[in-house]
Amino acid sequence: MSEPLLPPIGMLAELTHRCPLQCPYCSNPLELLKANRELDTQTWLDLFSQAADLGVLQVHLSGGEPTLRRDLEQLIAGLSARGVYTNLITAGVGIAEGRIEAFAEAGLDHLQLSFQGARPATTDRIGNHKGGHEKKLETARRARAAGLPLTINAPIHRHNIEEVPEFIDLALSLGAERLEIANVQYAGWALTNRDQLMPERDAVERQAEIVAAARERLTGIMNIDFVPPDYFAIYPKPCMGGWARDAFMVTPDGTVLPCHAAQTIPSLSFERFGPRSLAEIWTDSPAFNAFRGTDWMQQPCRSCERREIDWGGCRCQAMAIAGDAAATDPACAKSPIHARMAMLIDEAQRAAAVPSKDEQFVYRRIGVVTEPA
Amino acid sequence: MMALRERALVSPQSVPSLPKHVRIQYDPVRQAFAVLSPEKIFWPNDISLDILRRCDGRSTVGHIIADLAADYDAEQEAVAADVVAFLQEWSDKLLVKL
Repeated sequence: MSEPLLPPIGMLAELTHRCPLQCPYCSNPLELLKANRELDTQTWLDLFSQAADLGVLQVHLSGGEPTLRRDLEQLIAGLSARGVYTNLITAGVGIAEGRIEAFAEAGLDHLQLSFQGARPATTDRIGNHKGGHEKKLETARRARAAGLPLTINAPIHRHNIEEVPEFIDLALSLGAERLEIANVQYAGWALTNRDQLMPERDAVERQAEIVAAARERLTGIMNIDFVPPDYFAIYPKPCMGGWARDAFMVTPDGTVLPCHAAQTIPSLSFERFGPRSLAEIWTDSPAFNAFRGTDWMQQPCRSCERREIDWGGCRCQAMAIAGDAAATDPACAKSPIHARMAMLIDEAQRAAAVPSKDEQFVYRRIGVVTEPA
Repeated sequence: MMALRERALVSPQSVPSLPKHVRIQYDPVRQAFAVLSPEKIFWPNDISLDILRRCDGRSTVGHIIADLAADYDAEQEAVAADVVAFLQEWSDKLLVKL
């Protein structure tokens, strides 16, 4: 290692893969875990306690839909007792009366609510859940009434990119402090549905202008975080702020991963919490050390002046597109196969131009698709 | 607790406080004070920390400036410019309420 190992700051806990929505870009793996594979309450509490000891300051409680865990209040209380900042990432449908208040009571710091569309018909169609939009509006109101700070999360793709101005109005009307305009990342289910989800170039450019203007106009009123789409980028995103650098995630069965899609890299094997402590996994796991720092890099990353800005980009995207997890992320203009990204955009546009294909999402469901070979 | 409809501007009469989603916390692992907020964690330097700690929902910006100038044995005018700029930036990011 060329640099000292730092303690992790952030952790994403995927408490369950169960979810009432079926968004075709879900970041969960294609092979979803059933409820009987989930860690029990005490194991999560032990894991959170070890995370706090290790230096984790912020935990994002996610899924699937984390509120389907009936012990969520207990898990929040456990984190809160350790002073860990808790962020609940929810789809906001089917949350029983009184629970949001109970989360706040348990010490929840912040709630992030996803909207699949700014219009009810879009939300309901993308999530494949009738009446979902109305339920989300109600969740937002209840969160505000419970005194919880609110972020609205809008995953963007070709079917809602024109709704970006409406997303901004929606977030304002709900009293959100933050809005995330997050273009879909093509991993997991989104990779399966890439041709259906890829936005058009013109729409991407318009979106960037709309967001820039709104940020200026809403300074001091609402924060807008913008995640631009990778395939249209010049430089890659520093995925997770660098592989195993200051954050990690845990799947419902306790498998500890450097990022969402890490299990798509076939050469790596990941360890589960329980048999090994979190500290052991963070420090010693060969999968965590595989792409840590810069020693693993090939050219052009190795000699690039941005190597500690981008950290080589996304390892899983390198795997998916370059076929080599140690390659430069093809989203980078310096990647020898960067042109492949533009080809994939064009391919998607052609596929989307065939009307019958346009509406055919592979919705996220257990057992729908098998992992690609 | 609705988000603000208008951008707040710092004045000597402003009474800054930390909103509910922001808190200052000592981190024993890194032996430093962290400012925790949704998605982001900040590591303020000593001066920033001294300003943020005085954002208690009771002291005016005028008082905070006078207090800091006394503590740092510095010119009030120079301190004022720094404090106002700092609070405006943090207010614009919705990390400080005015």
